[in-house]
Amino acid sequence: MRYIGRRLAFYVVAFWASLTLNFILPRLMPGDPGTAMFARMQGQIDPSQLESMRKAYGLSDDPLPVQYWNYITSVLHGDLGTSISSFPSPVTDVIRISFFWTILLGLVALIISFALGSLLGIIGAWRRNGFVDSVLPPILLFTGSFPYFWIATVALFFIGFKWNLLPLRHAYADGLSPGFNLTFIGSVGKHIIMPAGTIVLVAIGGWMLGMRNTMISILSEDYIMMAEAKGLSQRRVMFSYAARNAMLPSVTAFGMALGFVISGALVTEVVFAYPGLGYSLLTAVRQLDYPLMQGIFLMITLAVLVANLIVDLLYVRLDPRVRTG
Amino acid sequence: MSLQIPVLELESEEVREIGTGLQGPEQSQWARVRNWAPSWIAPLFHSKKAIVGMVILLIYIALAILAPVISPGDPKAFVARPHLPPSSAHWLGTTGLGRDVWAQTIWGARFTLEIGFLVGIATTVVGCVVGMSAGYFRGRIDDVLSLFMNIFLIIPTIPLLVVLAAFVGSKDLAYFVAVLTLTGWAWPARVIRSQTLSLREKDFVAASVVVGEKGWRIIFREILPNMLSIIVASFIGSTIFAIGAQAALEFLGLGNPGRVSWGTNLYWAQNDAGLLTGAWWTFVPAGVCIALVAFAFAMINYGVDEITNPRLRARSGIDKVLKERKVKTTGTRATPVVQQRSVS
Amino acid sequence: MSQVRPILDVRELRVEYMSPSGPVVAADNVSFHIDPGEVYGLAGESGCGKSTVALALLRVLGPPAVITGGQVFFNDTDVLRLDDRELEQYRWRDVAMVFQSAMNSLNPVMKIGDQIIDALQAHEQMSTRAARERVKELLQIVGIDPRRIDAYPHELSGGMRQRAVIAMALALNPPLLIMDEPTTALDVVVQQEIMQQLSDLKSQFGFSVLFITHDLSLLVEFSDRIGIMYAGEIVEEAPAKELFKDPKHPYTFGLMHSFPLVHGPRRALTGIPGAPPNLLDPPSGCRFHDRCALAFAPCPLQRPQLIQLPGDRQVACFLHDGVHDFDTSTAMQARIDEADLVGAHR
Repeated sequence: MRYIGRRLAFYVVAFWASLTLNFILPRLMPGDPGTAMFARMQGQIDPSQLESMRKAYGLSDDPLPVQYWNYITSVLHGDLGTSISSFPSPVTDVIRISFFWTILLGLVALIISFALGSLLGIIGAWRRNGFVDSVLPPILLFTGSFPYFWIATVALFFIGFKWNLLPLRHAYADGLSPGFNLTFIGSVGKHIIMPAGTIVLVAIGGWMLGMRNTMISILSEDYIMMAEAKGLSQRRVMFSYAARNAMLPSVTAFGMALGFVISGALVTEVVFAYPGLGYSLLTAVRQLDYPLMQGIFLMITLAVLVANLIVDLLYVRLDPRVRTG
Repeated sequence: MSLQIPVLELESEEVREIGTGLQGPEQSQWARVRNWAPSWIAPLFHSKKAIVGMVILLIYIALAILAPVISPGDPKAFVARPHLPPSSAHWLGTTGLGRDVWAQTIWGARFTLEIGFLVGIATTVVGCVVGMSAGYFRGRIDDVLSLFMNIFLIIPTIPLLVVLAAFVGSKDLAYFVAVLTLTGWAWPARVIRSQTLSLREKDFVAASVVVGEKGWRIIFREILPNMLSIIVASFIGSTIFAIGAQAALEFLGLGNPGRVSWGTNLYWAQNDAGLLTGAWWTFVPAGVCIALVAFAFAMINYGVDEITNPRLRARSGIDKVLKERKVKTTGTRATPVVQQRSVS
Repeated sequence: MSQVRPILDVRELRVEYMSPSGPVVAADNVSFHIDPGEVYGLAGESGCGKSTVALALLRVLGPPAVITGGQVFFNDTDVLRLDDRELEQYRWRDVAMVFQSAMNSLNPVMKIGDQIIDALQAHEQMSTRAARERVKELLQIVGIDPRRIDAYPHELSGGMRQRAVIAMALALNPPLLIMDEPTTALDVVVQQEIMQQLSDLKSQFGFSVLFITHDLSLLVEFSDRIGIMYAGEIVEEAPAKELFKDPKHPYTFGLMHSFPLVHGPRRALTGIPGAPPNLLDPPSGCRFHDRCALAFAPCPLQRPQLIQLPGDRQVACFLHDGVHDFDTSTAMQARIDEADLVGAHR
């Protein structure tokens, strides 16, 4: 449990660091941050509203430490400010839905690429010089070299546009209203295939190679030899003895790779106009909606931290040595 | 954002040797030799993968350097009607703005490769300084540096880059290098730190400490030469990251649209509805180039890994030998039994 | 010569490692046999090939090892000719092994009980509940509290881990147990306990043992017969007491005089000068000749074959021709005294 405690403490510090980053950024711009940020709003709202927005955003004439404190407390109270482009909706409202879609896309893509990649890695390490070990890695390495957005665009063009096999944009068919019915869920499924598929295609190579290398290390360990000497079946040795141990570094790597995959997912969203955090983020940037932009950034960071925490909890379950340590 | 292959962290244990003193003529990578030409450079040329990678890379570098020769003139010049398909006049057709795609691709290599290498070098240097300090001095220094490393590692890169881009007005090369280094230094630092930590435990370092060598001398003369392969691997990883991240930013329109690079080429292709009009040639070349360069780097890394990681090296060496002698392995991993006498 | 059919009969076993620098012959024409209920010790320096032989008997040597010759008869079956399925059955049920380092040979993420259950269920139809009962019995037998059945390897002490590994080896009541340096990683007190335990278990269950170690003192105490290996070959074989009293091969003499005796007369430790050979490029002729104090004319030229000597002994050394008796101990002692004298005069 100490282990979890330490990790949790770290995540808190990391979150605080992103908050601080968020605080510093507007103040890096030349001139008065308030003016720059709310420049668009001038003339659209009256000065008192502008003033309250600035206050809500921690931008006031108070000394810096006070502003900082105000900002942190408001975030911790769940107040991420008010969106400029969707004025007067609070940022939290705007991103609530996007958050869900990104989580969905991220989870689906991650789980598939991790599971499939690890399985391929295990097989590749076990069957020396088999197809999986000699042909697949270079191929997956190549597909993994393409930028996410490029694969996404090409897929969109051919599969979506030219051959009309899968939908072109959004998370579900326009016109459908969300609900727990088969039509809706089916539509969601159809719409997620290409975005998730893109992410899987690019990310899977890394998982596979990582797992394969770890397995090769593990396979030279004594306990594998002992397991074989016990007359256990190939499958049992491969999974319960080798893979089970090889998973541990993989899970650790999973936590670290989360950030990369999220980054890729965000860009993919943009291409498919998938209404997740990435798509919203870009729209916010284009519209110079600073509060929304920063709110999204914080949410993304929070999501990554929480995901890492979950991975840590999983790791503790998997490695008995950490539990008692 | 392209592929990040986890760099296999080298362990200091040797391959398990069963009952033989396998002291072959092979040099162990951990040879206590103070030489700056590591023994793995020559075998690098034996790795097919690494050779393929290096060839591809060299071709691109040559193309970039020779751009004014291969494709003279301004790549942004209007040369023909927009969206012309590939022809003998324009090998890769024209863009939505009537520019020559071939010229754009060749010239685009310059900036993209330039930024890749610059960021690669910068992150590796920062990574070395931070990583080696943390790994060598340990204690408080390590705690603080590791905290920084972990924070930068965990904050997702593209969102941060996007947000940063929104707050900055004009973006020149220096900006991109700075920002990409800021988001990318943590990964090399971490890898180098763990390598330094394990090397530090080795006898030859302890010997130097006992003799009284100063910290910095030890770092540079003892530890660094043994880490060159890891440093090269990190450099390659960072370069791949930089190229991919830069391309993503430019594609999203957050780069410098006036500049010619592979990323901006893609941005314009997207912007000018190239694909919707079926003009695939505006979109494909730049993407394929990015992939090929990243792939080439990854191949080099793969090859280096196979050479320097004793386990992978043993495995590939053995495979070759077993194949030569036609030893059939059964489906299981049981020791194969061959009845003919081998030629000693 | 015993009339009973040996339980293990190894004939001219040859194991090579295919290294990129060339084949390394780790076990060269190794032949020996073990009778039922016997403890056969295999001794030699690190790297002499004894572990290779042991692992070859189970065919668990990983690449680049290849078995390039010989036969290994367990009762009447040649293990080297078994197909995969038969091999899986033969392993552990007929021959089980206690590895050198218990910590490394146990799966760190699996409870020790489960690891033993694995072995049981792989060979016998057994419900998990029945298997658990059996495991608890086994743990009791080796001296571990049965309640520790759900412990992980890292939660046990070194001695307990070793016992757990022994329990695992006994799970299927194999007629032959191979022990590869079972006590090397343990401190002396625990070592003695474990050895005592093993003796008791052997009396109780009646298995044969192939005991591999570099520690000759242990072997002399616990084995019936001992084989001495050097550079991949067996150079001498004899009943334990005989070997101790009268070592025929100069190498055996060296080994004998490399450890102090707790009982018996004081004597100087001598050791053996030089180092084991590089098997990629072994010395010509007798592989020991460059370290041998009694080497003479034929030694660098030809390789000595194993010759039968009276009293169920064999030796591969030109000093012994099977006809005349040669007192190696006296000759070696004389050389040692000579060297001492010379040293004293310097």
